Amino acid sequence: MIWIVKNLWLIPALPLFAAGIIAVNKQPARKLAAGLAIGSMALGFLLSLCAFAATLGHHGEGAFRETFSFNWIQFGGQWMSIGWVLDPLTAIMLVMVTFVGMLIFIFSVGYMAHDQNFMRFFNFLALFASGMLGVVIANNLFLLFVSWEIVGLTSYLLIGFWYHKPSAAAAAKKAFITTRIGDLGLLLGMVWLYAQTGTLNFYDHGHGCMEASALAGMVSKTICGGMMVSTAIGLLIFLGAVGKSGQVPLHVWLPDAMEGPTPVSALIHAATMVAAGVFLVARVHPLMAAGAAHVEHGAPVTTALTVVTWIGAITAIFAATIAVAQNDIKRILAYSTVSQLGYMMMGLGVGGVAVGMFHLITHAFFKALLFLGSGSVIHGCHEEQDVRKMGGLKKYMPITFVVYAIGMLALAGFPLFFSGFWSKDEILHHASHWSVSHVPFYLGCTGALFTAFYMTRQMGLVFFGKYRGHEESSHAEHDHSHSAHSSESHSHDPHESPAVMTVPLIILAGFAILLGVIGTPAWPWFDAYLNGELAELQIKFGNLAASAGLMGASALIVLTGITVGWLLYGKRQRKTAAEKDVLEAAQPAIYKLLENKYFIDEIYEATVIRFNAFAAWLCDFADKWIFGGAVLLVKYLTIGASWLYRLTDENVVNGGFDAGCGSIRGGGGILSRLHSGRVQTYLRIIGVALVALIIFLIWGRKA
Amino acid sequence: MTPLQICLLISALLFAIGFAGAVTRRHAILALVGIELMLNAANLNFIAFWRYGAHPEALTGVLFVIFSIAIAAAEAAVGLALVIAIYRHYKTSNLDEVKELKG
Repeated sequence: MIWIVKNLWLIPALPLFAAGIIAVNKQPARKLAAGLAIGSMALGFLLSLCAFAATLGHHGEGAFRETFSFNWIQFGGQWMSIGWVLDPLTAIMLVMVTFVGMLIFIFSVGYMAHDQNFMRFFNFLALFASGMLGVVIANNLFLLFVSWEIVGLTSYLLIGFWYHKPSAAAAAKKAFITTRIGDLGLLLGMVWLYAQTGTLNFYDHGHGCMEASALAGMVSKTICGGMMVSTAIGLLIFLGAVGKSGQVPLHVWLPDAMEGPTPVSALIHAATMVAAGVFLVARVHPLMAAGAAHVEHGAPVTTALTVVTWIGAITAIFAATIAVAQNDIKRILAYSTVSQLGYMMMGLGVGGVAVGMFHLITHAFFKALLFLGSGSVIHGCHEEQDVRKMGGLKKYMPITFVVYAIGMLALAGFPLFFSGFWSKDEILHHASHWSVSHVPFYLGCTGALFTAFYMTRQMGLVFFGKYRGHEESSHAEHDHSHSAHSSESHSHDPHESPAVMTVPLIILAGFAILLGVIGTPAWPWFDAYLNGELAELQIKFGNLAASAGLMGASALIVLTGITVGWLLYGKRQRKTAAEKDVLEAAQPAIYKLLENKYFIDEIYEATVIRFNAFAAWLCDFADKWIFGGAVLLVKYLTIGASWLYRLTDENVVNGGFDAGCGSIRGGGGILSRLHSGRVQTYLRIIGVALVALIIFLIWGRKA
Repeated sequence: MTPLQICLLISALLFAIGFAGAVTRRHAILALVGIELMLNAANLNFIAFWRYGAHPEALTGVLFVIFSIAIAAAEAAVGLALVIAIYRHYKTSNLDEVKELKG
């Protein structure tokens, strides 16, 4: 076993230690906090590179996979072991999470520079990274679940970082509770899996729950309706992923999570938390694919994967349409994240681990770039988040503009030069060959159209035209809250961000372009890497022709979206911030529907929340009258009994004692009267007694 | 009536007077006087029983009485000293008022 496998635990442990040290440090040591957090991530990145290097160059007999497990706790006669696994999936995620995380940490130094709670922020960030890395290395569903919950907790803490804002506090609660619904499914799935296989280790030299023997056992059993146990467990685990990755119908928390600081949005929505759900599905992919009836183009088709595909496809189109009508720069990105996560799920469903993971990795880079870019924009525009009040930032923030444009083109899937094109195209390519249905493919294509459109709309509104922020009358307020750093530059013009913020952006932009290379159809290195095969440069005409048609179509879709977006929002700029949106003017009803996110929140409000409130009321009623009544009854019974006891005590027991004591005291009183202290009285008594004695003796003798 | 009986009668009378004095007088010194009378009545009995008894030649009765008188003298000295101490403390020599034992 190579040393890196044994010491893989160091990667999540380093940020954990950093968080601990920051937490116990009482002095406001900003440099120490930031240094520790960034340093731990940088070291983690180096270790991840070592791990990554270890998994390279291993071809032939399947993918590289080394595990390290140890016994942890004992249940009855069984030992629960936990451990970690190093395989290509872990390695690529480790590299991505540590690298993107590190850049986000560095960016945060600039973004949070004026925040009072700088230390707390880095503490949470480090803890978050630690949880996420724990999820990634876990070779055990239990360890994964624990880390998963750390991620959930810290996401709550980070989204509610500005907890003095009611909306932030509410968003944090919403995120926590919504993901908890999914986690319940994950927990149930975990327990069921343990009951079925007796182990939670994924890979354990043939004994793990993701390995052939355990899977065969679960496939052979069925529950109601002929559903295989493996499918049921897979779906329960998928429920956890739905919650974490913001899939329909549990997506509602994700856009609200934008209340957190922007680096948090980048961390949660790009590199870590939402990726955790996709990663989980990738990790348990063998379980979901178990018992596949037939394999199409290397992708198994099972009920569980079909569900994953449909949920993903619906999410992809659903969120993409909502993003069209949003005006908050971060909310647009949030919905685009939901949409892209849908693509990843769809990729996992139709194409297998490599397809979904490829999009996850490329998306992590360009979405982190976009979020951090939006952070830079927000920072430069004095905390303004409404795209209608921006505009013309190209002139004020050239670096941000360039990197943002790269991120936008990558997300939109601009052909050939951007990573998003290749990863999305691979998903669509597999979707088009999916044997169950072609609808997800069409949904995906439509989603791609919308993605290109809303990203162009955002670019047009934010960076082109002329700056509309000056119209705002409430500048005094901004001035007030930003007097700290805008006092020297009195103009309210937006300004470019400092280097500590732009350098991470430039690095991310580089990766947003380059990463596409590792997964092109001509050189499917990523796919081969995950499957443990040797990637070959396949510039064969047949291969290219097969994918060229689809690539052309998808390029056409993207270009159409960008062109329409440009015509509506780039070329024809809105004059004022208050002006109606072009789409709103054309189709007010549809725009309203989209702007209000299909009224999902309202529907939940009317159904789930109302039901919940009713249930709470019912519980309250039962508590007050039924259980409360019982308690009251017991209370009065107790009071009555104790009253009875008191009576007995006072009258019988105490009476007896009192009577005894009274008679003794009375006797004492009588006797004490004899003892008057008058010597002459004693003498008198002695005299009388003497006479009486004499009389007694005389009379007694006579008798 | 034999001389012994006359002596005993006188002695009884003396004792009764002494007892009455000791019991009824409020003044401490008068009570002491009463007690002395009772003591002397007892001494008179000793003398009478010795003088008219079986062995008048032995000086047992006289000796006993002399002892008794000596003791009585000592007792009177102690008694008077106590009375003076009590008087100093309580500013009274009325026996009825001196019934507290604590100082």
